[in-house]
Formats: sequence, C-alpha cells, structure tokens
Amino acid sequence: MPPEATAPVADHAVEGLDALDAPPEQPRRRTGLVRSVLAPIGALVVFVVAWQALWAAAIWPEYQLPAPIAVWDQVWKVTQTGQVWEFLWVSVHRAIIGFLISLAVATPLGLLLAKVAVVRAAIGPVISGLQSLPSVAWVPAAVLWFGTTDAAIYTVVLLGAVPSIANGLVAGIDQIPPILPRVGKVLGAGRVDAARYILLPAALPGYLAGLKQGWAFSWRSLMAAELIATSPQLGFGLGQYLHNGMSLSDMSMVMAGILLIFLVGVGIELLLFRPLERAVLRARGLSGSL
Amino acid sequence: MTATLPTHRGTDTAVRLTGVRKTFGQGTRAVTALDGIDLRVAPGEFVCLLGASGCGKTTVLNLIAGLDQPSAGTIELSTSRPAVMFQEAALMPWLTAARNVELPLRLAGVKKAERETRAAELLDLVRLSGAGDKRPHELSGGMRQRVALARALASALNRDGDGAALLLMDEPFSALDAITRDFLQSELLRVWQATGTAVVFVTHDVREAVRLGQRVVLLSSKPGRVVQEWAVADLDAPEGALVTEEINGRLREVISSHAA
Repeated sequence: MPPEATAPVADHAVEGLDALDAPPEQPRRRTGLVRSVLAPIGALVVFVVAWQALWAAAIWPEYQLPAPIAVWDQVWKVTQTGQVWEFLWVSVHRAIIGFLISLAVATPLGLLLAKVAVVRAAIGPVISGLQSLPSVAWVPAAVLWFGTTDAAIYTVVLLGAVPSIANGLVAGIDQIPPILPRVGKVLGAGRVDAARYILLPAALPGYLAGLKQGWAFSWRSLMAAELIATSPQLGFGLGQYLHNGMSLSDMSMVMAGILLIFLVGVGIELLLFRPLERAVLRARGLSGSL
Repeated sequence: MTATLPTHRGTDTAVRLTGVRKTFGQGTRAVTALDGIDLRVAPGEFVCLLGASGCGKTTVLNLIAGLDQPSAGTIELSTSRPAVMFQEAALMPWLTAARNVELPLRLAGVKKAERETRAAELLDLVRLSGAGDKRPHELSGGMRQRVALARALASALNRDGDGAALLLMDEPFSALDAITRDFLQSELLRVWQATGTAVVFVTHDVREAVRLGQRVVLLSSKPGRVVQEWAVADLDAPEGALVTEEINGRLREVISSHAA
C-alpha cells in the first residue's frame, strides 16, 4: 500500500541510523613498536647469551660448537673482502629468476586446475603431492639430465615453487563465496570479465599466501641444489659457501652460511610479502593479528 | 536517472511468465519446483511474491534474472538485463562502495568520468553520498544493502533505452534488524517512485508484502503454483490490517495442506 507508506522517513533518520550502526573506525595501531621490534631483539639476546654460555662450558669440542664471536668473524670477513656480495648476488638473482619463471608457469596452471574439472581430476593430486615431495630429491635427476648447469638448478627450483603457487591460487579460487560469481553474472560479466574483475581479485589473498610459500620453497630448493650440485661453472653462491665450510670442517663458516641463508629468506619475506599481504587483507577488513 | 533513448519494447509489460515450469533432477527423483506459473508485471508496478519455504519464490526470480532456464513455458522481458538484489549485499570486499556501484558500468564499458558521475548520483539516491570511499566492512548491514541497491540500479540503468525497467529482489531485508528493515522499506518505496522501475519483490513476510506492494501474489509450496492475488495499492491502515489477516489465513491453509 505504497501511498500511505511512502511518507518519507524524516531526512536525518536514515543518516542517524547509519551513524549508529556503522562499525566504529579501527584506529591504526602505531603503538606496536616495542612489541614488534624489541621482543625479537630480546629473544635474540637470550639466544646468543645461552649459546655463549654453552660454548664457555666447553661441553662440545670447538669444531662442533664454535663461539658466537667466531661465527660473527666469518660473516665480517666475507663482508670485508666483499665476497658476500658475490654469494648473495649469485644465489638471490637465481632465486628471483626461478621464482618469476615459477610464477609465470604456476598462474595459468592454477587457473586451469581451478576451473577445468578434467584437468583437476587428472593432475590435481599430482600437483598437491609434489608439494610434499622435498625438492632436494630432484637434484640427482636434474644433474643427470642437465649436468651441473644453471638449467639443473632452475629445474629444481621450479619443481619446488610451481606446485605451491598453483595450489595457493586453486585454494584462493575455491574459497570465493559462490554468491560473488552469481552477482558478476547478473551485473553482466562474461567469462573473461568475470575472471578479471571478480575471480582473480577475490582469490588474491589465497594467491598471495601461495606466492609467499612459493618464494620459501624456491629459496629452499635453490640452497639444496647449490649445496649438492657444486661446480666452478655454477659460480659461487651461498650454497657453495656452506659446502666449502663443510669440506674444510670449519663449523664457524658453516654457521655463518646458515645465518646468511636465513637472513635472505626472512628479509624477502619481511620486506616484500608481509607488507603486501597486510595491505591486501587490511583493505578487505581481514587484518586480524597482522 | 532517466533513460537516454525513449525506445521501449513491449511497453505494456515489464515481465510476463506464461506456463512456466521448472523441474530439478531427472527421472523418478525429479522434483517439480514450479508448476505452470502465469504472471504479468506492468511497467512501474510493484509486485510481491509471497510464500512459505519451498514455494519456489527464489526459483521464479532466478528464472527471470536469467540465472536459470525454465523446463517449460516462456518468460518475456522488456529489458535486456534486470537489476537483481539478493538477501546478502554480496559487495566485492576489495572495492570501495563507489567502485562497487561502478562495477556494472565498467563491465559495460562506460568511460571513467561518466562512471564516477553515475555512481555518485546513485549513491546520492540511496543517501550514501558520504560513504563512497568506504569499504564494505566499514559499513553497516543496512548501508551495504543500499550500496547493493545502487549497484543493481546501475546495472539496469545502463542498458540503452530501456531505463530501470525491472528490479528483482530476493528477500533483500530479511537478514537485517527490525529498525533497519523498517527504514529500508521506506527507502525502497522512495527509490521506486523516483526511478519508476517495476519491482518483483520476494518475501516470506506478509506485512512486508502488504506494506510495500501494489499487488501480492501468494504461491503454494511443492510444487509452486499461484494460489491467489490481492490488490493492495492505496489501502488505508485498517484495510491493510484486514488484508494482512486474510492473506495470513490463506497462507496458513496452504501450509496446513502439507501436514501428513
């Protein structure tokens, strides 16, 4: 009975209700500095002190547990001679190239897996299975196929990273609420537009999680490959540095190698993936504990 | 908010369903959801489809929206694409309110400047001019549904020539609290009168149907058939209460017939 009912709500009533009902604005937390910076530093100090104490107690021989300062000296030495930049360059540029190739391969693969039932039935289980296969297992095969060349190394990196990224994208697409593609359809989106404007943006959080894991896997795979497949023609990366330490039975060098590998992995995660993920999730109101 | 070209197809009808049947599944396990639905909605008319669970209200709407195909019968629309609103706002969580309203225009290839103008007009229409930059999670449920209404109107208003011919709404207010629902019902009537669109509004709430509609169509359940229609335009409050009671009684009869 519209005429009776259309007596308009007093103009400010709607605005008033909006003001009451809208979720309160979340102030951006800026006070987390102490927690986010000092807490890890505190943990590090505790760790180094415990290490120093264990070393001082001389429970294990020096070639098994060197002093913290000896490891630091190794890092300082390669930094002083400038060698560290060579190691980092050789390894990091390989990891990044390997990651980018993986990205280019895994993205269409993930889309196919998610949207084409036959493809998923045929190779879905294999792709998921590959994720749990340690990529170091591929090193012997890759060396026999390609010799100790860059091709062998990239093979191992790709086999490590592609399944993670593809699976991340599949998970991201599977988790899209079914109402969103329906809305896309009634708003007039065809198949291509639906993928571009709805499916891909909706799947972005899962895809990003896959990218993050893909980076971790490509870095791990690369170190495994460098560690096992050592040869002068491969250049001198962090893996080779670690391998040399082992050959020389120099524990401080081995630990310096592990430290550098760890720093690169964590550094890329903190500088690149964490801020990216945080920005995407915050824009959707999913920031949670980030 | 007016159409750019005055060419209307089928000017006497916004949507016409003739002998529409819908069966889900096949063989002995087939379920008939709709059994011979005839319905005509005039341009600018506000029709409420009412029924208990399982009466196929939502199926009717999906068929009209083109999300599903009828098993038999025909559906004629005067518009190439009706505007559709669901129970959930279903806004894209990565887009601001304004970008959500722009989305159908973007899909239709409308230029950026024109998109922005149109989205601003529509947000103004649903009284959300100040909320264009907000993300869906920063809005209340009622605000989200109004953004969804603006977006639905954007998808329909964009069609060349046929204006906002038809708005399909599937229990759009049923998930909202009572105060917000009351406000949004008034807002919907205001928007309906401002745009002149025909509305097919699905609900299971008799009072809502009588308050909003010009005509209430009661569907039976399993299978869905048209049981009875009431003209409820221009009723005063006592008349409205009487009709509400009558419809409630009839609805109860329909539901009772399902007791074993």
